[in-house]
Amino acid sequence: MMRDDRLNGDVLTGGFADAPVQAARAFRAALEAMARPGKIETVEGAEGPGISTAAAVLLLTLCDRETPIHLAPGCNSDALRHWIAFHIGAPVVAADEAMFALGSWQALKPLDRYRIGTAEYPDRSVTLIVEVAALESAGMKLTGPGIETEAALSLPEVEAFARNGLLFPLGWDCYFTAQDRLAAVPRTTKVEAL
Amino acid sequence: MTDQAYNFAYLDEQTKRMIRRALLKALAVPGYQVPFASREMPMPYGWGTGGVQVTAACLTPEDRLKVIDQGADDTTNAVSIRKFFERTAEVETTEHTAEATVIQTRHRIPEQPLEEGQILVYQVPIPEPLRFLEPRETETRKMHALEEYGLMHVKLYEDIAHNGAISTAYAYPVKVEGRYVMDPSPIPKFDNPKLESAAIQLFGAGREQRIYALPPHTKVVSLDFEDHPFEASKADHDCDLCGCGSSYLDEVITDDAGGRMFVCSDTDFCATRQAEGHRGALSPQEEYA
Repeated sequence: MMRDDRLNGDVLTGGFADAPVQAARAFRAALEAMARPGKIETVEGAEGPGISTAAAVLLLTLCDRETPIHLAPGCNSDALRHWIAFHIGAPVVAADEAMFALGSWQALKPLDRYRIGTAEYPDRSVTLIVEVAALESAGMKLTGPGIETEAALSLPEVEAFARNGLLFPLGWDCYFTAQDRLAAVPRTTKVEAL
Repeated sequence: MTDQAYNFAYLDEQTKRMIRRALLKALAVPGYQVPFASREMPMPYGWGTGGVQVTAACLTPEDRLKVIDQGADDTTNAVSIRKFFERTAEVETTEHTAEATVIQTRHRIPEQPLEEGQILVYQVPIPEPLRFLEPRETETRKMHALEEYGLMHVKLYEDIAHNGAISTAYAYPVKVEGRYVMDPSPIPKFDNPKLESAAIQLFGAGREQRIYALPPHTKVVSLDFEDHPFEASKADHDCDLCGCGSSYLDEVITDDAGGRMFVCSDTDFCATRQAEGHRGALSPQEEYA
């Protein structure tokens, strides 16, 4: 019998061993992160080919066949597509149709391609999952809802967030992922250089 | 004992993912009502189906759950929901506000200030603050989109014109971060100042299929006028059991001859104070009790 290449080990492994409980813990981390922009949370339990643990955990926790995903260049490998097909079942689509988009900051650009919601439904906007090399509580200054005074996070730039903020209540929201760490910057967060 | 026939926290994983996505967008746009595909729950609408779905989507096995109904831990609704999650999620439960990591509430915010690491889940009957002013969802959605909230101010003004004061006593409308007008659910307006909290606040309306949220430290302003400022009012009385003069009170009729007493609506707060030795005007006399 011929063995399908797509069914190699990488594709079939790396999902949650106990999905209901691991997804619940992962979501609490994602919820805490989104509610407190800049706060770094640690997650565990998933491995996807070529992506960080945190990104794999977010995909498994939030995505399913109802959530079109865009894979930016650099993340758009056969192995990852097959992993998503097996574990998540989400359609992989172009940037302007995506509910989630995964990739490095540079690869995800230009950011004006993504859905930002409509005036009546600002929730119908993309969530970017940005892979970064490292995530530290230092660098840019964050203020806004969820932050008592101010927070700090290592972000790639200021300008994109400023432009996104002008669109409020429309706009994209993003998670930054590095190894098993993640932090969120929703559209309400004001980002300034220190 | 858990009923193994059910998934962890009752809901199936796909439903939880759908609710979780709605919760994250709700936090990203504070005060905006995110539509979600509310499910049938094993309880009637009006008994907290929205709150239960939000709680189910948030719970982890490590959580300690508290459920209150108008401040009380011991009403049918609160006891049933606590038992429901004891059975389906095997979480520990508590009646003490400080010990809880997730608190589901109907119509009150606990007296004790909430802290980072706690989540307050509200059961919401009518999420749309403009609904009784404009019955059509298509129109209220446009009004939110255009930030057209004049009608709400007219309503509050008419209160003043008719009664000399803003007579709205519960579900008092608030403006969130200077953008969306939000219904804080039918909490007494006494609780409105507590909406600015260190905890995450999530609102679930099951029948109306809406989820909305307040991230911690979000600016929440109760609507008012310069010459009629917002006032967090309560019964002008002390608690008759614990003597507290600053808590929200329930009026309890004690006989059919006009007898009544005022007691804290927050049962945990009142019981804790009584355990600390505080006494009210109608507390049993220790030496004769």
